Amino acid sequence: MDNIDRVLVNELQDGLPVCRRPFDAISTRLGISVTEVTDRIGKLLDDRVLSRFGPMFNAERLGGALTLCAMQVPEADFERVTEQVNAFPEVAHNYAREHDLNMWFVLATERPERIAGVIAEIETSTGCRVYDMPKRDEFYIGLKLPV
Amino acid sequence: MNAVLHPRPCRVDAIDRQIIMAVQAGLPLVEQPWDAVAEQLGLDPDEVLERVAAMQAHGIIRRIGAVPNHYALGYRANGMSVWNVPDAMVAELGKRVGELEFVSHCYERPRHLPLWPYNLFAMVHGHNRDEVEAGVKEIASMLHGACRGHEVLYSTRILKKTGLRLQG
Repeated sequence: MDNIDRVLVNELQDGLPVCRRPFDAISTRLGISVTEVTDRIGKLLDDRVLSRFGPMFNAERLGGALTLCAMQVPEADFERVTEQVNAFPEVAHNYAREHDLNMWFVLATERPERIAGVIAEIETSTGCRVYDMPKRDEFYIGLKLPV
Repeated sequence: MNAVLHPRPCRVDAIDRQIIMAVQAGLPLVEQPWDAVAEQLGLDPDEVLERVAAMQAHGIIRRIGAVPNHYALGYRANGMSVWNVPDAMVAELGKRVGELEFVSHCYERPRHLPLWPYNLFAMVHGHNRDEVEAGVKEIASMLHGACRGHEVLYSTRILKKTGLRLQG
């Protein structure tokens, strides 16, 4: 990652305008061509510096629901359970954490009533109890990592 | 108290859904990405842009941008700090914790007693664990007497990170 990539990553976290040529402004600010901007974004994705690029959808505004779930997975079963949990398209992300509750994943569903169904299916397929921790209140969201 | 907040859903029609499904894995990396989406779907580019702008205005699209992989950016330590504070104070305390610059997400969530007594979650990011620990100390001193216990859960691996996916 060079300096141009660093500025690009910071700019991309702020977001692009909705217009026909959304990369033009960034290209001008960085002094590189639009093609170089898109090539660099592609490379940052390939190198997994960026995990996604595009519109970020708000599941709740789409009428869907989100919840955070935790499981206590025996170490010996961790890989198997990871595969089983990740196979559900409703699992938006999943993290291993150091704790007795060692697997934490976010469920995003298009219909709120689907959350309970997915949780039951995950419990059945993995044999692990799912602790459901939906948010009750939200105080701040704004992940921004300066590089 | 305890009511789950459900923001009012907005109507998206079949064409909006086609657009969402075309870009949910990522925006095409070309000079005019929405034209590419329009061509793929057989729509007019102006209509696609109007719909995308409307979805952003309604908060269906939070923003169009990048999700960084914080490990790759040098933010190797990510501690989910969890706190047991009185329910009557969680809204006021959560707001103050959420304002700290090193806190990326801050939520009230239900306890699962006796295993899980924590009702306030604050995600703390840092380049290393020392930075995260310093942040956690700052939260602890802010919560002071109101806190009846806390833990920090460090992530050791990203197992999956795809974001919301609509299914066809």
